[in-house]
Amino acid sequence: MFGAGGGTSSYREVEETDVVLLWGSNARDAHPIWFHHLLKGIRNGSRLYVIDPRRTSSAEWADVWMGLNVGSDIALANTMAREIIHAGLAHEQFIANGTTGFEAYREAVESYTLEFGERATGVPGDAIREAALTYARADKAMVCWTLGITEHHNAVDNVLALINLALLTGHVGRWGSGCNPLRGQNNVQGGGDMGAIPNKLPGFQDIEEDHAARARIGALWGTTIQPRCGLNLTQMLHAMARRDLTALFVIGENPAQSDADAHHVEDALAGLDHLVVQEIFLTRTAEFAHVVLPAAATWCEGEGTVTNSERRVQRVRKATEPPAGAKDELWIISQLAKRLGHDWGTPTAEDVWNEFRVVAPHFAGGMSYARLEALGGIQWPCPDESHPGETFLHARLWQVPCGGRPAPFSVVHHDPPVESPDAEFPMLLTTGRRLESYNTGVQSGRYDSPLHSGEALDISPEDAARLGVESGETVSVVSRRGCVIVPARIDPSLRAGMVFMTLHFPDEVATNRLTIDVSDPKSGTAEFKACAVRVERATRHDLAAEGVVS
Amino acid sequence: MLDIKAVEAEPTSEERGAIDALLGAPQSSWDGGPRGNPRDAHVATVGGRESRARRHLLLPALRALQSRVGWISQGGLGYICDRLNVPPADAWGVATFYALLATSPRPKRVVHVCDDIACKCKGADALTAALERSAPRTSNLEPRTSLWMRSPCLGMCDRAPAALVTIAGEHPREHLIGDVSPERVREILDGGAADDPAPVVPRQPVSDLRLLRRVGRVDPASLEAYRASGGFAALEKARTMGPEAVIAEVTASRLMGRGGAAFPTGRKWDAVRNEPSTPRYLVCNADESEPGTFKDRVLMDGDPFSIVEAMAIAAFATGCEKGFIYIRGEYPLAAARLQHAIEASRAANLTGGFEIEIRRGGGAYICGEETAIFESIEGRRGEPRNKPPFPVHAGLFGQPTVVNNVETLANVPHIVLDGSRAFAAVGSAQSTGTRLFCLSGNVAFPGVYEAPFGVTLGALIEMAGGVAPGRALRAVLLGGAAGTFVRPDELDLKLTHEDTRAAGTTLGSGVVMVVDDTVDLRALVLRIAAFFRDESCGQCVPCRVGTIRQEEALQRIANGNLATQLALLDDVGAAMKDASICGLGQTAYSAIESAIKRLHLYGSVSR
Repeated sequence: MFGAGGGTSSYREVEETDVVLLWGSNARDAHPIWFHHLLKGIRNGSRLYVIDPRRTSSAEWADVWMGLNVGSDIALANTMAREIIHAGLAHEQFIANGTTGFEAYREAVESYTLEFGERATGVPGDAIREAALTYARADKAMVCWTLGITEHHNAVDNVLALINLALLTGHVGRWGSGCNPLRGQNNVQGGGDMGAIPNKLPGFQDIEEDHAARARIGALWGTTIQPRCGLNLTQMLHAMARRDLTALFVIGENPAQSDADAHHVEDALAGLDHLVVQEIFLTRTAEFAHVVLPAAATWCEGEGTVTNSERRVQRVRKATEPPAGAKDELWIISQLAKRLGHDWGTPTAEDVWNEFRVVAPHFAGGMSYARLEALGGIQWPCPDESHPGETFLHARLWQVPCGGRPAPFSVVHHDPPVESPDAEFPMLLTTGRRLESYNTGVQSGRYDSPLHSGEALDISPEDAARLGVESGETVSVVSRRGCVIVPARIDPSLRAGMVFMTLHFPDEVATNRLTIDVSDPKSGTAEFKACAVRVERATRHDLAAEGVVS
Repeated sequence: MLDIKAVEAEPTSEERGAIDALLGAPQSSWDGGPRGNPRDAHVATVGGRESRARRHLLLPALRALQSRVGWISQGGLGYICDRLNVPPADAWGVATFYALLATSPRPKRVVHVCDDIACKCKGADALTAALERSAPRTSNLEPRTSLWMRSPCLGMCDRAPAALVTIAGEHPREHLIGDVSPERVREILDGGAADDPAPVVPRQPVSDLRLLRRVGRVDPASLEAYRASGGFAALEKARTMGPEAVIAEVTASRLMGRGGAAFPTGRKWDAVRNEPSTPRYLVCNADESEPGTFKDRVLMDGDPFSIVEAMAIAAFATGCEKGFIYIRGEYPLAAARLQHAIEASRAANLTGGFEIEIRRGGGAYICGEETAIFESIEGRRGEPRNKPPFPVHAGLFGQPTVVNNVETLANVPHIVLDGSRAFAAVGSAQSTGTRLFCLSGNVAFPGVYEAPFGVTLGALIEMAGGVAPGRALRAVLLGGAAGTFVRPDELDLKLTHEDTRAAGTTLGSGVVMVVDDTVDLRALVLRIAAFFRDESCGQCVPCRVGTIRQEEALQRIANGNLATQLALLDDVGAAMKDASICGLGQTAYSAIESAIKRLHLYGSVSR
């Protein structure tokens, strides 16, 4: 945000802040390590608001749970903003110094009255107001979010709505105040850092706008870099469907099961002329591949770095040899390059890292392997070897005059999910994660454990009673795109009308056959969090169709 | 509910009522109320941190269930968990920690019959044998309306054999009764009434008494009577002196803790006063559970206002904002008397803004340990903490805490009124003041005796009338189960901290249990071993394993096989002493070792 692609705050700040808005995140289950830091904060007295349609296990640690309607995040944020402005709690000095676009924003949120907010979000107005004023009045406060914000058709707008709150109250660029997307894996951040996103060069240098970076890096690489964005995953799938994209190289990703509307994804993969999958397991996606390249698991069988949610780059060291036949990923890439006519030799992970430091000097110039090891990791940016790394970002916005470009307010408006419940599909399915499993289960589902409970449809006690469904009874869940058979689990954390599933057991329950293939045009993220479904007690016919009975 | 879902069992309305009476009605479906309020679908301000902040009410809530229903069902436990946002596994761990709490169905009417050492000297074995014959403890044949069960020391050793009667219900009754016969127990089991025993009047002339001077002579339920006998004069004087001067007097008096560890009280107070962190807490340790100890009960039953006054003085001196008095669960009368004294003192505006809350134990010896008591008040298993940090720095709820024994505090008003010089003029140079001694076992007049430090063991036994004519003194247990036996030829021992230490024994909590030649001493030693095995909290290995090995070895000795078992006992005892976290394990071999090496109970051992 504001030109930097990472969370602004350090873990230590989570432990020392006064107020946390945990928005669209069940971090206790999905980000348990980060949640440990939050627990320290709670113990130290920080006030926690959990904003989530479900009253999750994270919400059980909160002072206040706000159970908004799925996809009403912008309405809630804008309503809070209006309350803050009307209470005279907008941080005028910060706004004047470090931001742009406040007037337009103020006008835009003016229509988000408490009454409107309550109607759109379901959250009682007094609770919205209390949360808004507490956040604004706090000395230190942060807003943290995950996929509950981003897995929507308006993902970027959702994020901007939260950032607006931070700008409005000056809760960014200071110790203990910030905006933090929590990363779902140990190195999601690192992938972005290295440029594995379609619109950025390494170190978040913009491929379209940053002409100097393009020229400099192009010279280093002996090529001309086009000022053109690549495709994000959703765009690729569409391009594959159109057969504009006919060859695909997939590294460590399982789109056959992780992406929305799985039927279409499978068709797209099957229709490719050439599919190469580099993997540590033979995934469902790999089953479609023409070539599978067995890779070493770099976290323990190779060297390198990872970057965590607080932007800390840390060394990864080889602890064990890969199994026979599995190759170091760097070796695979180098060999591919060689066969494509570019002899890169056999670079070590440190060689590659040092090239990155030259490519993105302002970002990582000071992070030698020696320093990373000596300091136990360094938080970017770290431009030179005397720099300790940044604990928090955007202090520049507080400099008078503002250092660099001020942060812009963004006008964003409430835009509910594309599908809403109707007579035919009267319930809303939202998806997420559970503590003991990970995404499509490639890494977590392969162990034969008696504790694995498998997938279930979480359903409110009220809906279960209405449908006459007992806990454990098999039901069919039907959306406009598909149908799955799954045992029901009665979950009091859900209100009537809402059901919940995960994508952890795609081989048994292909949840993404139900989800809707609409995505945010800016980020490409699909709207996993909302689709309309119908839940029925499974008939013998359904079970037979699924092979459950003959 | 966190982590683990409880079984689906629902609480009964009786269980719900018992919990709600303590915690108030639930505010939403998120803290145990019924679903259906539309507001609950979209907001929760309870059931999270706010509910968890009341975790310290877990033990009171469990006790409320126990005393209303007679046991803690899974539905009842689950409801408490909903109310306090405690994981059921966690709450189950707490419920099963305390012996007075039942986690399987139990009749509402229960008689806990003491079969511990002091009662053993006074016929507890014959009593329990008679009950075994006529009223079996358990029966699977039919639902029983009452049952009796064995209990460790109930702190009623002056009227041994003793029993605790608990009758659960809407108006629960609990009575600690003495001089129990099999007929009496059967009568109560069959529905007969039980009542509190008649008050004790110390046999010593009042002129010899400091701490006991009101006991049995001044109405313990009357604030007026207390004030008329000089009550609250010390608190008034303390306020005119100022906190520093009070601490200076207490320090100069060289008052040492009377719970067993004998730590200088003034140093504790000074340390807490100088801690910057607030709030600070005062905990009065009334979890008197050392077998053979009943002095604190006699003080609380007989002079409860003096404890309230002493706590108020201590809080004033140390800057404690809030006080807890943790009374062992087996002392219902003491709890009632203190509750009344606290309320009457508050109503008369005598204690200023200082609030005292009573917490009742659940039947766990270990909770008398100075940090286990914090865990128990905080709603956890009473497992002692590692030290440091010491309580004066980080005690109850992690805050600076003064923890003092009842008798220790009872000395404070005298120090304030008479001055440290007068206080220290009594006793020896290092052990100042008077001491309450709990005379029990085979003496003519068991009871609490107050004597200056330095009184000889023989003189004390004489005060209590000595052993019965024609009987021979066999041994004296000094300091309780965690103390040591001494021989009949050691009656000249002066009872001070320094003299007992030099003689390789201890005053401990003031237990002087006299054993004559009618008693099977080896059985007594075995009972002590069983006591420690039963009361070990299980947290640290040396104690958890050691107390079991120790009892096993003693059992094997009973079957012959002496030399190897004695060697094993010594090894295990050394490991417990060196490596246990707290005093329980560190002293679990003490009395047994003394029986071996001092009484030569198992023959001459040259070790």
